[in-house]
Amino acid sequence: MPALDPAFLAVQALSGLSSASSLFITACGLTIVFGVTRIVNFAHGSLYMIGAYTAATLVPRLLELSFGPVTFWAGILISAIIVGLIGVIIEVLLLRRIYGAPELFQLLATFGVVLVVQDLVVQVFGPQDILGPRAPGLRAPVEILGRRFPSYELVLIAAGPIVLGLVWLLLRKTRFGVLVRAATQDRDMVASLGVNQALLFTGTLFLGAFLAGLGGALQIPRVSANTGMDLSIIAEAFVVTVVGGMGSVPGAFLAALIIGQLQAFGILIFPKSTLVVVFLLMAVVLAIRPYGFFGRAEIGGGTHAVGIASRSPLPGRGLILLIVIAVLAAFPLVADAYLLKVATEILIFALFAFSLQLLIGVGGIVSFGHAAFFGLGAYGAALAVKWYGVSMEAALPLGLALAALGAGLAGAFVVRLSGIYLAMMTLAAAQILYAVAFQWVEVTGGDNGIVGVWPSSWASGPIPYYLLTAALTLITVLLLKRIIDAPFGYALRAARDSEARAEAIGLKVRQHRWLAFMIAGAAAGLAGGIYAFSRGSVDPSLLGISTSVDALTMLLLGGIQTVVGPLVGAAALHGLRDWIMPLTSLWRLLLGLSIIAMVLIFPRGLVGTVRDWWGARA
Amino acid sequence: MTAPLLEVWNLCAFYGRAQVLFDLTFRLQAGEVMALVGRNGAGKTTTLKAIMGLVAASARQATFKGQSLARLPTYKIARLGLGYVPEDRRIFTDLTVEENLETGRRPAPAGRSPWTPERLFRLFPNLAEMRTRRGNQMSGGEQQMLAIARTLMGNPDAILLDEPSEGIAPVIVQMMAEAIRAMKAEGVAVLLSEQNWAFAAGISDRACVIERGEIRFQGSMAELMANEALQAETLGV
Repeated sequence: MPALDPAFLAVQALSGLSSASSLFITACGLTIVFGVTRIVNFAHGSLYMIGAYTAATLVPRLLELSFGPVTFWAGILISAIIVGLIGVIIEVLLLRRIYGAPELFQLLATFGVVLVVQDLVVQVFGPQDILGPRAPGLRAPVEILGRRFPSYELVLIAAGPIVLGLVWLLLRKTRFGVLVRAATQDRDMVASLGVNQALLFTGTLFLGAFLAGLGGALQIPRVSANTGMDLSIIAEAFVVTVVGGMGSVPGAFLAALIIGQLQAFGILIFPKSTLVVVFLLMAVVLAIRPYGFFGRAEIGGGTHAVGIASRSPLPGRGLILLIVIAVLAAFPLVADAYLLKVATEILIFALFAFSLQLLIGVGGIVSFGHAAFFGLGAYGAALAVKWYGVSMEAALPLGLALAALGAGLAGAFVVRLSGIYLAMMTLAAAQILYAVAFQWVEVTGGDNGIVGVWPSSWASGPIPYYLLTAALTLITVLLLKRIIDAPFGYALRAARDSEARAEAIGLKVRQHRWLAFMIAGAAAGLAGGIYAFSRGSVDPSLLGISTSVDALTMLLLGGIQTVVGPLVGAAALHGLRDWIMPLTSLWRLLLGLSIIAMVLIFPRGLVGTVRDWWGARA
Repeated sequence: MTAPLLEVWNLCAFYGRAQVLFDLTFRLQAGEVMALVGRNGAGKTTTLKAIMGLVAASARQATFKGQSLARLPTYKIARLGLGYVPEDRRIFTDLTVEENLETGRRPAPAGRSPWTPERLFRLFPNLAEMRTRRGNQMSGGEQQMLAIARTLMGNPDAILLDEPSEGIAPVIVQMMAEAIRAMKAEGVAVLLSEQNWAFAAGISDRACVIERGEIRFQGSMAELMANEALQAETLGV
């Protein structure tokens, strides 16, 4: 039994400490940037990745000129400074323009940067992983209780507390630090005292990006720089900052220590996925302390309250509905098999986006992990087919039920939170499911997923499956629309606009939101199930961040304040992708830039922009 | 009469579509204390905020020391030498007294001796005893003193002071009055927004009465004190 061997325990604890150090250095930058700018910078993981690539490229060249520990560490530092300057560029070009925007737009815009960086990194550094050099002077392992332990890891263990100390000194003992802490609390007041916030924010971004770059650069002797680093580190860094309390540096340190140890020893409990343990920690901490260890409630928050307003019913909507049905039904008469396939997918994603609209536009619940339920529906259906051999007619409801169940479970935690903590919790939930689908190979097929998920014979073929999809989508959208216009929908909107007032008139806000979460999850699950049968297979990417962001982008594109927005957005995004993707290998760059452009040009959404314009004229 | 330190004309402000200030025009001379008085909701706070550029929708026509404030961001207005103490004080509660003072520090114009923490501790002796205390462990009155001291650290020529007597103990109100007289003695002009009529009357040279976003009276304090009918109508005293 290895667990009882003290040497094994010691080495596990030490490697836990070293990953805690690395994690802290990166997460510390994220939490400082959030504290001052109130922006959760999705691109922080991209900066970490750039740090690793830069160091893995730069340090070997420097070592060729002059081999030695000084050169190695100087190279690491230079890489971090370069990343810091990239952070400054991002601040000046993008973040500066979205400080006042709703957090949904901030998250989307910085995710746009993630997409752009993913393609740029491949362009600049090439598609292959880059293995960095080992640190001169630290190549020999040390012996700890008779076990060999890499000496570089010991340096990393020291690096975390050193960075904590330096950051502490910077924040406590310098004018810059005092101003940063003041701005964390009250930006307007700092400006009223004559402080140039723009400079302060740029400085903060430099510091945050520098720390991300340092975190990444320090990894090069341990892991090769690769294109998946950004999203894997950002998920962990989010957990650390949320558990520690957004904006709290000591909180991030404590959380990183705990998570490092949990990961080191979690493999004894869940050998495949230590992320599950980490997620449980986050869920427990947020259930007890909704703002993490040292976080605090947002002052004057509620910037996410953009959504659907009440409107009188359209005249002749029965007729419009009939026309829509007729157009949907007649489409196979004019379309070929390819167009039908595209239309089927657009309908599926429209349903998916519409279910998210119920959460965001109506409930004000900014979910960043809605793919979890889309994926659960798809996997639920596929697993039922694979392991129990059930038919499509049974598998679709089973997938829907699994998604609703998952939404019920996640929602129980999620509805206790608000704002950015809520977004992070939903993101974490989706990442956990992604990890489970990816790593539980015996059941889910891992990366390959599950194949052979075909519809029943009556529904197979492009035309029947298209018609089935159209019918299910239409029925579900109408049901959801009915829910939005029912008293339940009014209650959700009331809670979205003012939680305190909604509670004061007797609405049980949490229960309503929980129910909404389950309904939205079920609808997303249905979409996922239909999607699985349309492709004949499922794979973990259905649960990934990109799928969640796709749904959000569709909402943003179509307009968050409208009911038909997500439907239009799904068609637009899907159509654009089908059109652009074959033309270029840089579609992520284009998609990222488009998301950023949308956020910058319509920072308050299309409808908000029009309203502002109208208001200014009046 | 010399050129005014702060000159405001046709100041308008809006919250959404609702107009809350209508064409306010007034002047603040160097070294004087002018009271902006009026009922709750008359627009006093909004006036100060609009001058500082903290109200999103305002038509700001103002000059300070002859320089237009119209398109300046808040921090540049403050750097011209116009200090602002908001009504809710907005102390940085995570920062100590000394750190709060540090946030306000700006160099003094040439030829003037700058405000230092030591000088300010003499002006507000209570603060001297709690230099390393955090803002969240201070009473309302102590926070008010700190807010004023913090703004003085910027060595302003004028201060917009919003409701310094609100919600604090009478003995501290007395100290506030003395502090304002001390500032005046140092040559700092004060635009004082106040609901506490007795307090305002005791320390101000001139007064400006606002009612529903419009100026009803402008003149010397003595003149306003003589006009009891106007006081009763606009101030309810």
